[in-house]
This record gives sequence, C-alpha cells and structure tokens, in this order.
Amino acid sequence: MTDWRSEKMARDARIEAGRVHAQGKVVRGDAVVDLLEAVLKPGDRICLEGDNQKQADCLARGLAACDPTKIHDLHMVQSGIVLPEHLDVFETGIAKRLDYSYSGPQGGRIAKMLYGGQIELGAVHTYLELFARYFVDLTPNVALIAGVSADRDGNLYTGPNTEDTPTVVEATAFKNGVVIAQVNEIVERVPRVDIPGDRIDFVVEADTPFYVEPLFTRDPAAMTETQILIAMMAIKGIYAEYGVRRLNHGIGFGTAAIELLLPTYAEKLGLKGKIATHWALNPHPTLIPAIESGWVKQVHCFGSEVGMDRYIRERSDVFFTGGDGSLRSNRAFCQTAGLYACDMFIGATLQIDLAGHSSTVTQNRVAGFGGAPNMGSDPHGRRHPSDAWMKAGHEAEIVGDPALMRGRKLVVQLVETFGDKLVPTFVEKLDALELAKKTGLQLAPVMIYGDDVTHIVTEEGIANLLLCRNADEREQAIRGVAGYTEVGRGRDRAMVQHLRERGVIRRPEDLGIEPLDADRSLLAAKSIKDLVHWSGGLYEPPARFRNW
Amino acid sequence: MRIVTDPGSQSWYEASARQRIAALVDAGTFEEFLGPAERAMSPHLPLFDLPRAFDDGIVVGRGKLDGRPVLVAAQEGRFMGGAFGEIHGAKLVGLLRAAIASKPAAVLILFDTGGVRLQEANAGETAIAETMRAIVDARAAGIPVIGLIGGRAGCYGGGGLIAGTCSRLAVSESGRISVSGPEVIETNKGAEEFDSRDRALVWRTMGGKHRRLTGAADAYCADTVAAFREAAITLVGTAPAFDLATLEAEQARLEARVKRFGDCRDATEIWARLGVNDPDAVPAMTDAAFAKTASSVTEASHDAR
Amino acid sequence: METLHFRHSTQKAASGSKPMAITGVVASGNLEVLLERVLPPDACEVAIETPVGGYGDVWEAVVADFVARTQPGGLRISINDGGARPDTVSLRLAQGARLMEASA
Repeated sequence: MTDWRSEKMARDARIEAGRVHAQGKVVRGDAVVDLLEAVLKPGDRICLEGDNQKQADCLARGLAACDPTKIHDLHMVQSGIVLPEHLDVFETGIAKRLDYSYSGPQGGRIAKMLYGGQIELGAVHTYLELFARYFVDLTPNVALIAGVSADRDGNLYTGPNTEDTPTVVEATAFKNGVVIAQVNEIVERVPRVDIPGDRIDFVVEADTPFYVEPLFTRDPAAMTETQILIAMMAIKGIYAEYGVRRLNHGIGFGTAAIELLLPTYAEKLGLKGKIATHWALNPHPTLIPAIESGWVKQVHCFGSEVGMDRYIRERSDVFFTGGDGSLRSNRAFCQTAGLYACDMFIGATLQIDLAGHSSTVTQNRVAGFGGAPNMGSDPHGRRHPSDAWMKAGHEAEIVGDPALMRGRKLVVQLVETFGDKLVPTFVEKLDALELAKKTGLQLAPVMIYGDDVTHIVTEEGIANLLLCRNADEREQAIRGVAGYTEVGRGRDRAMVQHLRERGVIRRPEDLGIEPLDADRSLLAAKSIKDLVHWSGGLYEPPARFRNW
Repeated sequence: MRIVTDPGSQSWYEASARQRIAALVDAGTFEEFLGPAERAMSPHLPLFDLPRAFDDGIVVGRGKLDGRPVLVAAQEGRFMGGAFGEIHGAKLVGLLRAAIASKPAAVLILFDTGGVRLQEANAGETAIAETMRAIVDARAAGIPVIGLIGGRAGCYGGGGLIAGTCSRLAVSESGRISVSGPEVIETNKGAEEFDSRDRALVWRTMGGKHRRLTGAADAYCADTVAAFREAAITLVGTAPAFDLATLEAEQARLEARVKRFGDCRDATEIWARLGVNDPDAVPAMTDAAFAKTASSVTEASHDAR
Repeated sequence: METLHFRHSTQKAASGSKPMAITGVVASGNLEVLLERVLPPDACEVAIETPVGGYGDVWEAVVADFVARTQPGGLRISINDGGARPDTVSLRLAQGARLMEASA
C-alpha cells in the first residue's frame, strides 16, 4: 500500500530530534549547531534566509560550524549570497548545489568558486522566479529564517525588514518542511504577528541582532554634475513626456539624483502631482525631500533601509505600516507590484551592447540579478491601461490591427558612457557571454534583454528605442548616445543625425536643457546631514555615513 | 529654463578657491596676482610624473571687502589636498609681505590644506615658517590677518600652525583645524587612542563646532560663502591689537584651558564642563541652534590671540 | 606625463572679448582648462598634459567636436588633466567657452 504521508512522518521525526535541544520551541543560542545537526539530513534542500538586506546570520554561522561528516551535500536555495558563511559551507562540503538570485557583496568570491568548480550551480534567478520555484521544484526541506522577536509559541515579528520571510515560510511550512527562526529576543508578546506561530517549529535566541546591509543609502555629497545632467534629461525627456506616475527606481546615483531633483528642478517645471507619485521602492533616504515636499503619495517596499525606521513610522500616510506602527515590507508582493502595477522601471547597469542587452556581470564579478529583470521587463500578462503605458505602446512599431495594440512598460537604462577608471559602459560584446562560456552556463546572465529596453539615457542624450524600426536604427541610436567610447566613436554620423531629426535621439539642447546648468546647487540635499534635517531628525543614518 | 543661483548661497565646502573669492569680496573687485596665465607652476611635480596646476593650488590677489581694500589668499583643497609646495608657499608669503607695504584693511586667508606637500617637503616646511613670520610682521604693523576655514581638506599640518598665528578665525561645521591629522595620530598612537575612520570622533575632536566652543575659532558660519563674508567683515572689525597684553592674555587662556580640560577623554566632556546642557546633541544640531548654544558659552569669546 | 597638441582652423572667432578664463581643478577625475585669446581669429590651439597615457585618439575626438560646435577662433586652450573622463572634458571646455563669452 502506498504511504501518502511519508513526508509528514519524516517532518515529525525531524522535529522530535530537534526538541531534545529545545525547551518547547525555544532553543538557546549556543545550541544552534546541535539543533541543526539533529534536524538536517545530508542532501537536504535548505533555504537559508539571506535577503537583500536582512540576514539569518546566527543560523548561517551555525550551519557553517556543523560537522561535514554529519551534514553534507546540501542543496542551498536562497535569494542572497551576502555573508562569507554563505560560501564557506561550499568549501567544507556541507553544501554542494546552489540556486540563488543575488550575490552583490560576495560577487568576486562566487565567481572564483564557480570557475573553480566548488559550487554546483543550478541557476541564477530573479527574485520572483526563485520564489516561484520554491513552490514548484525547489521546495525546501528546512528553512532557516530571521526575525526581530518571537514569543514562546513561535509567533514571529519580523520588524520592518519582512522581505522574503513570508514567502519562504509559506513554501516550507505548508509542504512538510521544518522552519527554524532566529530572533534578537524572546518576548512575552510580539508587537505584531508577521508569521503565525503554528508555522514556526523552532525559535533560536541569537547571540547578536541580525545583520542588515544598508544597500540603498546614496550620499548626495558624491553626486556629480554628469549624474545631475542625466537626471535632468530623464525628468524632462521621459517622466514628463510620458506622465509617469507609478514607478520603480534602481539603486544607483543617477536615480538618487532624480529623487533629489524632484522638489527643485521638476518642481520648477511644474510637474508636481503629474509624475512620480506612486512607488514600488525601498525607503531610499534620498526620497525624503520629495516626500516632505508633498510629491509622493504612496510607497510600497521590498524591504526597509537602515536608519529609516523612525521616519517611516511618522509617515504612515506614505508607507505601508502595521498596527504597531513599523514598516511592513514584502519582497514578493513588491516585486509583483513593480512588474504589473508600475509603468516604468529606471535603473543603471554596467554594460550595454549594440542591441541594448545589458549586464552587471564583469569578468571577475558575478553580482546576480536580484529583482531588476522583473522590474525591467514588459509584462505580457498586463491588461490594465494607463496613459504612460499606452503612449509607449503607440510609439512601438505596430504590426497588424491597431485595435489590438497593447501598451508597453517603460524600461529605462540610465548610464554614464564611462564607468570608474575609464571603463566603457558600451561594448560590442557583453562580458556575460564570456562568463557563460567559461562556466558552462546554458543561459548567459543578461540583466535586461534588449527587446525589453525602451530608452537609454546618457550624458550625451536619450535614445528612444521604441521608435527604432529595425536593428540598424537600434544600433545607431545606441551608438548615438554612447559618447566617446569606441562604440560611440564608431557611429554612422549621417544616420545618427537622421535619427535625431526623427526624435529617436534627443540631445540636451533638443530638450531645452543647458548642460552647464547641471549643477550640484540643484540638489534638494547635498549631504546625508541635509537629509536628516529634511526629515526633522527622524532619519538616523548609519555611522559610516555620518561625520557627527 | 535658465537656472540662476545666487553666488553667495553657494556651499563654501563645495566651492572652488576661485568661486569662494569671487563671492567673498565685493562683486567684481578681485584682481589676481601671478594668475594662471603666468604659469607659475611647481618645478618639482613633473619629476614625480604628477600633474601640475597653473596656479599651484593657491589664488592670491587684492579686492575690496565691504568697500575696504583687502588682500586675499585661497587654497584649492582639491589640488593635492591644498598642500604647501614651493610656489604655493612663496605666493602666500609674498602676499603677506606685500601687506606691510600696501597697508590693506586686512589679509584674508582661505585655508584648505592637509599641510606640506610630500614631494617638495623642504620647500613646503620653509614656507610654513616664513608664512608664520610674515603674519606676525603684518599683525605687528597693525594689519589683521583673518583665517576662514570650511573646506574639504580642513586646515591641517602647517596650515594648523599658521591658523594659530592669525588674528581671528571663522569656521564652519565642516571645517577641521588641527596640526596632526587623524591618520597621523592613529599611526603614532594606535587606533585605540584615535580611530581615524570614526568620522564622528574626528569631527568631535577637530571640527568647527568644537573649535568654536573652546574659543579656538572666533566665529561660526553656516556653510555658505555669504555667511563667511559676513563673518569676515565682523572679524576684521573686532581683531585684537597685536601687543604684549594680547599675547599674555592668550598664554593665560591656553594655560587655563589645559588645566581645566586636560583630563577629559572626549570632546563631549569638555562641552559639558563649558556648561553645554546636552553635549551629545551638539554634533547633530542645526547651524542656528548651535550658534545659540555657542553664544551662551563664555569661554568661546575672548580678546586673546 | 603625456603631452598632446591639436591645432584647428575655425570659421569664426570665439564670441565675447574676455582675454582669459580658467575653469575646473586638477584633481582625480577632473581637469583645469585655461583659455587665452591670443591667436589669430581663425585658429585654435589646444595643449594637454595628462598623467593617463594612450588616449590620444579620444582627446582628438573630444577636441574636434568642441571646435566644430563652439568655433573658438583666437583661443589658445591649455589643459592640466587629472585623469578626467571625456564627458567631463567636454563639459569643462564648454564651461570655459561660456566664460570667455563675457565682455572684457
């Protein structure tokens, strides 16, 4: 007779083995290794919560300290490879296979380990894609997650950085998996229940509060005239042109400059209320002046940002907050919002080729994708119209019945033609292709495919790829804004001039922008301290961004 | 749309030496000596394969401040950290010596320097000594020398020594004044004594607010060129005489300071002893709130120098 | 240090009558540009000292575009470079030309 409950019985056995090291659900911080060695089995699929920001670091250290003769060959599924321990487990043999999404801080080391064959790589995903696979073919046996506090029944308060936790728990707890949460403290009563206790099997009291990476803080002091010029062009040539109200910003300095120009430059252009009102965005400190000036109606967040918690509490008209007052973020929902409910994604990249494909992979760094490919793609499942979306759709080449025309998501790449150390942003061939060849990847790690990109903005101008009618025009439109890179100097001048006359390429002067006006005095805040003053002292920047 | 900004509202910290001078003195009155077209550049930097600047990182000349003639020198903190080289130093010394002959209402020095340029250290050190001598001579001749400090490089090394010989100093929050810089202290005394990467500690110990509260600086400005102009005008009018009484008062003030604060382990302890109500709040204070706090500290204002 | 010299003929003289102007600062990623109205009105010379070698063709393209766009006849332009990107060079040249537009 078939046993249809074997998974359930295995789960019960794991929990029973773990209970030896617990009092009820509660496990002491120094018993983490014992707990993990009791609950985990060789070959398990483990989801270790490494988010964009919040890290289950105590559990990560515990896992890395397990005996590799007892625990080995694990299959790690996790969105972020952020801490050294996330890769240490592959060196000791505790883990073998990896499916992940983002590896920013460990990008260099992960590239080396991939080249060296120490990691058996499943795939590099986008966030939504990896979350989706948790429910189909990458369902974890055990999830190791992080929260701020829990009660003895396991009711969990994640704090403002809820991020991936609900998704991970959903996929694990309801499919016979075991969920272990580390918390900063055990309390009598949690401020709000983010995850109900019956989905949490063990609660570990961590030795230190979990680590959060301040990923979204851009110091206005470091913004350059070139970035300001690019931001001015984007505001006038794209935000205003399409009337973009619902949007997502990347994390670069260019988009941060746009945020700081809203209450100054965009205000002078009379755009308040007409653009940038509804956001899917982390709580960027550089958005504070725009919020304080009444530009921003609503922001839903993927995660929080270090130092922004008090400010968010006091601005609940703008942010999503719980009954306790603190931010409620949710990466899966916010990614979905960015994909379907935003008319524009605008962000930076490291390399763009002649077809408009872009990648953040360089020869020695594999930073992964995160969420940009979700935001930066045209969702074919979208069915609701908006003016911005319809206008972009009209500009794209229409074949067939105009009555069947649909809109287009605006996907904008904001780049300077040269990066650090005179490295060109525009290239004939992406480094990602070389990486794919060297590591035997079936799919080259392209961040945003050329057919999804609608505009490229550089200090030389805006290329509107929607208006290009063939591959040649597209290539020349890209070359035409590529400045003095080799790609830019290789342009067909006559064709670029022709594209400019058609409005495919627009220079600053075509937009009525004088490049010499691109000045730091236009920034609503010139320093982190200015941001603190804008917030009325509610923003509390981390030490490395302070000089006070 | 043509964007027009008032030059006086420019950030002092972000402005170049030339922008600072242009908006500091009366509009259109500045006349440069030995300007960039003269190409008085460092003879030493090419030996190190380093780029030179047409003015060697310092702009000197004359202008008017509130209608009165002044001589002005401004260091460019972004060129080699505003450091003193041979030409750079000679331009400043020459300006100060010219003051004795031309008798301006004041000499204004817009400090922005990390100290002496490593590649021409001997000439730089000599320039520091000559500058201090020239300042003393100018002050003895009745010409106030006013230092303005709020640039990127701060006022370190020999620049800190020279600042100590000025008649009056104005400083903004960003301005730092010290002889040994944070890295130098850490290298010699260890990170336990002074962690140079702790930016809050650096500003607490050397920054404009601390220097103002202890009376090392005589005026505190918001970070705008207009605020420095106001301060300069006021300080020219209140510069103390350069006589034995002033020097003895300065000696007494410094002795009292060592006695009173010598055992303090942190600037906040000093501020508490000075009678600041909530010392921990000082670093985050806005300029207006701080100016109010400073005005209630009696030691911050004095007639010594 | 690499030294580069470019000489162009121009269609017309640079506007304005200011004899000299300077803009920018020699710092990492930045440069200073000194402009002097000392040449015949149909000539423009640009001299560059840069610590970053091997970019002669890029400098040539940047300068040629500037001359074509601005027609800086009569100007001798001297550059001390601190390793600036081409877009920064273009911006400083344009800033310099604008400063020269003023009357003397």
